[in-house]
Amino acid sequence: MLTRREFIKLCLTGMASMSLSRLVVPEVAQALLEKGGERPPFIWLECDTCVGDYFSFLNTLHPDVQQVLFQMIEMHYSNSLMVAEGGMAINYLEKIAEERYGDYILVVEGTVPTADNGCYSLIGHRPNGEAITDLDAVRWLAKGAKYILAAGTCASFGGPYAADPNPTGSKAVHEVIDEQVINVPGCPVHPDWIVGTLSHVILYGVPDLDAYNRPTLFYGQTIHDKCPRRADFEEGVFAAKPGDSGCLYKIGCKGPVTYSDCPTRQWIGDHTNWPVEANTPCIGCVAPGFPDRMAPFFKHLPDLVLPGAIINARTAGTAAIGAAVLGLVTHFGASIITGRFKKHMLDGTETDEINPDLFTVEQKSELDEISGLLEDINKKHTELEHKIHYLKTGKENPTIIKRTRSFIGRLRKKSNHTEEEKDGEE
Amino acid sequence: MAQKIMISPVTRLNGFWRLDVEVENGKVIDAYSSGIYIRGLEKIMQRRDPRDAVYLTQRICGICSSAHAMAGSLALEHAYNLEIPRNAVIIRNLIFGADLLQNHLRHFYFMALPDYAEGPDEPPFIPRYKAEYRFNKKETEKLFQNYMESIDMSRLCHEMLTIYGGKAPHNHGILAGGASVHPTADNIRLYLFRLEQVKRFIDEKMLPDMELLIEKYADYFQIGSGPETLLTYGMFPREDKRGEFYLHPGVISKDQLQPVNSDLIHEQVKHSWFLDTDAATDIMQGATNFYPDKEGAYSWIKAPRYQGQVVQTGPLCRLWVAEEYRHGISTLDRIYARCLEAKKVADYLQEWVQKLEPGKPIYQEYEPLRDAKGIGLVEAMRGGLGHWIEIEDYHIKNYQVITPSAWNMSPRDDNGLPGAVEQSLIGISIADFKNPIEIGRVARSFDPCSSCAVQVYTPQESLEQYII
Repeated sequence: MLTRREFIKLCLTGMASMSLSRLVVPEVAQALLEKGGERPPFIWLECDTCVGDYFSFLNTLHPDVQQVLFQMIEMHYSNSLMVAEGGMAINYLEKIAEERYGDYILVVEGTVPTADNGCYSLIGHRPNGEAITDLDAVRWLAKGAKYILAAGTCASFGGPYAADPNPTGSKAVHEVIDEQVINVPGCPVHPDWIVGTLSHVILYGVPDLDAYNRPTLFYGQTIHDKCPRRADFEEGVFAAKPGDSGCLYKIGCKGPVTYSDCPTRQWIGDHTNWPVEANTPCIGCVAPGFPDRMAPFFKHLPDLVLPGAIINARTAGTAAIGAAVLGLVTHFGASIITGRFKKHMLDGTETDEINPDLFTVEQKSELDEISGLLEDINKKHTELEHKIHYLKTGKENPTIIKRTRSFIGRLRKKSNHTEEEKDGEE
Repeated sequence: MAQKIMISPVTRLNGFWRLDVEVENGKVIDAYSSGIYIRGLEKIMQRRDPRDAVYLTQRICGICSSAHAMAGSLALEHAYNLEIPRNAVIIRNLIFGADLLQNHLRHFYFMALPDYAEGPDEPPFIPRYKAEYRFNKKETEKLFQNYMESIDMSRLCHEMLTIYGGKAPHNHGILAGGASVHPTADNIRLYLFRLEQVKRFIDEKMLPDMELLIEKYADYFQIGSGPETLLTYGMFPREDKRGEFYLHPGVISKDQLQPVNSDLIHEQVKHSWFLDTDAATDIMQGATNFYPDKEGAYSWIKAPRYQGQVVQTGPLCRLWVAEEYRHGISTLDRIYARCLEAKKVADYLQEWVQKLEPGKPIYQEYEPLRDAKGIGLVEAMRGGLGHWIEIEDYHIKNYQVITPSAWNMSPRDDNGLPGAVEQSLIGISIADFKNPIEIGRVARSFDPCSSCAVQVYTPQESLEQYII
């Protein structure tokens, strides 16, 4: 049998080759034979959803749907696929939930409305007329599930229907039950992510998860880290509008704060394209807080404060060069960017920019301070360029270097100071 | 004495739906269609950046996301008065066309076929009704072979979409101002290569399967006709004539063709779970107040009416207006028209992809306007789809969506007139009360999509008259 390490390697290489279906499916079949030939029973429960995740699941290529449905699992319940309807379907669901208690794998798609006892979304009615809300269904089926997978961003984190003002009081699956939920987000979820996680669960149990209970296998690095346009970012080559080549950061790309392997995996079965390759910004659809914290989609991320520099959309390219040359940050590294950006994003880019009149005194002074810093940087920009020139040509000007050093020192002090203050407040 | 049948959920469709029928002497005498879930995305749209609408409204529906992208883009371009480049119109049609093929394939094999043919004896094909399935063993085997192959084909369609859209569902390639992927010899080749396989499948498998279905179930040409007024907003904008479509818009009643006038669209809520004050003679004046305990209400879907009439919408209506199919209005006519349309669209796509001009512009830059209003009316896979947008101070003040499935699956209106599916069910015979397979056959022929149908409407001022 394929070792877990080999399996992970397969998943990481993108499942682009035939290897996953050739290796994994027979392995799963073999593993099942050893257990007596029974495929694990499988329930795909749709809640408040657009059903996009299910249609994405059907786009799986290695292994294909036929292999998944008839060699890997036993699909007992799926509102979109199953032949049974009405009371027959609900009775069957009850039968499976009871007979295979503790055995079945439950995949939930969509958010769970909780306002007014969840009356805003039903999976159907029992033959006696009793309504089954999503909330009832999730709580009921979670109890007997061996594993629970949340497919898509709605089920994992709430997603678009839980966005402000959340009219139905929708929540993510893990928020309404106590059992462990493996979150496999994406809007929609990539077929490889859900089928890969499913394979891991069948073969080896729960995969390694991050703080948001996502398999690190697929959500381990930011899009920015693996982006083929990363070089454009660092060299300051930016797209001005959708359809342009170059880094899409300035027109809203959320790649720096979005953890997924889209750049290397690509979409879909045959891995032909992905949003950045299509010259449009990543909108962070796999992230917790999508869409509110990722909106507006076509506006860039909030400014990034690094020790010694503030990176914003205007200065991103030049600052990166300057930083590298000055040796402040030898590599404009993922650790710093993700760590910092994440902190900023927790506050969220709201759907509206806050009216400046509503700022508190502290916020105003902080804003003034940061704006002052920014102005300073812009003023010093030319000076820094001079310095780079001197460094490159070997003609150093001691006065300018001295001035620059003291400037950087001041910046460091200031930004450390700001950080401390912030931490103190928290 | 009348007996009641409740089917909830009606499976094999997008979203959650409930049907109740009353049967007397083996015939349906009354029917009720209920949308049993709601999300309220239109309310969520308010206060956002107008440019986000095209991506966010796609999240209404996973199977017809690109249709929402089309309508959303058209609405914003109407508001900003934008004219998009020729290449962009073609690319958007290539994206939407691919998605339409995906939808039609999945509808025919996944959603409709299991009502007529007995699948393999394992889940998800069991349990199923014990009913009269008219195909012999050999035919059934062939049908389900094609069922499996159709999964590959619809994936190929989504890959065609991905070539110009970035991902699927919920593509990035359709946006206000045009498209985002430049046509190149390489991506044209990738697209055509997949299209040829899909086209071959439609010609060699899907259409013969459809003909087999007609051969065995010809009596369904007499069953489930529904309202006689047909509505279409026009599908595939022309790249050479602005404002015109390859498949023309129109409202047709007793072969009288009228242009579509969005002013004649009304919405009623007497039997929907909203306050009575939410009804609107003008769409933009509808309001949203959930009222789940309302007496006499039975659906989260409102009742849109055209000039007070119940209409149906979908591929049959498009081909009827185009004078390409006028055999009749019935269960099988709707399914047949869908298959014929798949062939027609596949041919169109092959023609259009040759019209792309590599190197020419694909995107029209624009300055967002402070205040603006726009309407985007276009055909989705399952019928007429409308997006209404009102922008105030650079933000969305109001966003309205009326979907094809709201037209088809609507409940009764204020005058007690049943919706399209409800009408089509009245009068059909139920052979076996315990296995009422006929209901699903008729209802699914509309390609219903509950995720689209259930929407929220919010209070607003009226829009100026808009006539196509």
